[in-house]
Amino acid sequence: MNVGLDHYLIISALLFALGFFGVLLRKNTLVVYMCLELMLIASTLALVAFSRFNGTLDGSVFVFFILTIAAAEVAVGLAIIVALFRKRHTVQLEELNALKH
Amino acid sequence: MFHLLFYTFTFLTLASALLVVVSRDAVNAAMFLLLSLVGVAGLFVMLDAALLAFVLLLVYAGAVVALFLFIIMLLDTRPGAQKPFQKLTMAAAGLGGALLLLGVGSLHARAQLPAAEEGLAVPSLKAYAQQLFTTYLLPVQVVGFMLLIAMLGVIVLSKRFETAEGGA
Repeated sequence: MNVGLDHYLIISALLFALGFFGVLLRKNTLVVYMCLELMLIASTLALVAFSRFNGTLDGSVFVFFILTIAAAEVAVGLAIIVALFRKRHTVQLEELNALKH
Repeated sequence: MFHLLFYTFTFLTLASALLVVVSRDAVNAAMFLLLSLVGVAGLFVMLDAALLAFVLLLVYAGAVVALFLFIIMLLDTRPGAQKPFQKLTMAAAGLGGALLLLGVGSLHARAQLPAAEEGLAVPSLKAYAQQLFTTYLLPVQVVGFMLLIAMLGVIVLSKRFETAEGGA
């Protein structure tokens, strides 16, 4: 059995689903953030696979931009988490309910 | 050999991704994230994108996971007793995952996905550079500008609270 495009797509979907579960189920903001990264990586894997099996380079080049954006996003997100921790002294999601009600 | 490597990387990626989700300690989760990224980088190499694998390891393993570990240790959050997952959230997560897998499954079953052309040249560094400096020159500039803005944003975010506390 040859490894085809659909194999990579299924891996990518599983990885995305795992990240999705983490985002919904976990309560620690930092772990939720890691799971968001997993989802992003899953989408880049699908992009690279499509790009390879299409025989063009555009998808792979696009992954460069996604990686750059992801790095910037992590920096800003973690800065926000640190600022939040300074103010509320917690990173647990169920205790961060100031916008509720 | 190819299959063995493919399934090894697949297993590494998915198993460590699962462990990121279930591990109790945030430090362990960050380490498993690193392992998962190594698996994805391996899959990138199998897709003839060695350069992207290299960049992924450099950016994610070198910068992002290190940043995560740094913040985890800075905040010093104790693992503590993890609350059991809520039933409704579990159901929503299961439903979402099932829908996604259904979509990919139907793609797998119905779509006529063409086989990759054999003997396709591995894209060289030059090919990437050609694309980045011609077709995608404007996006490169925009992304560079966005990095500058992100840096400014992080500086402002981490500075404002100090001055507010100092003023108060």
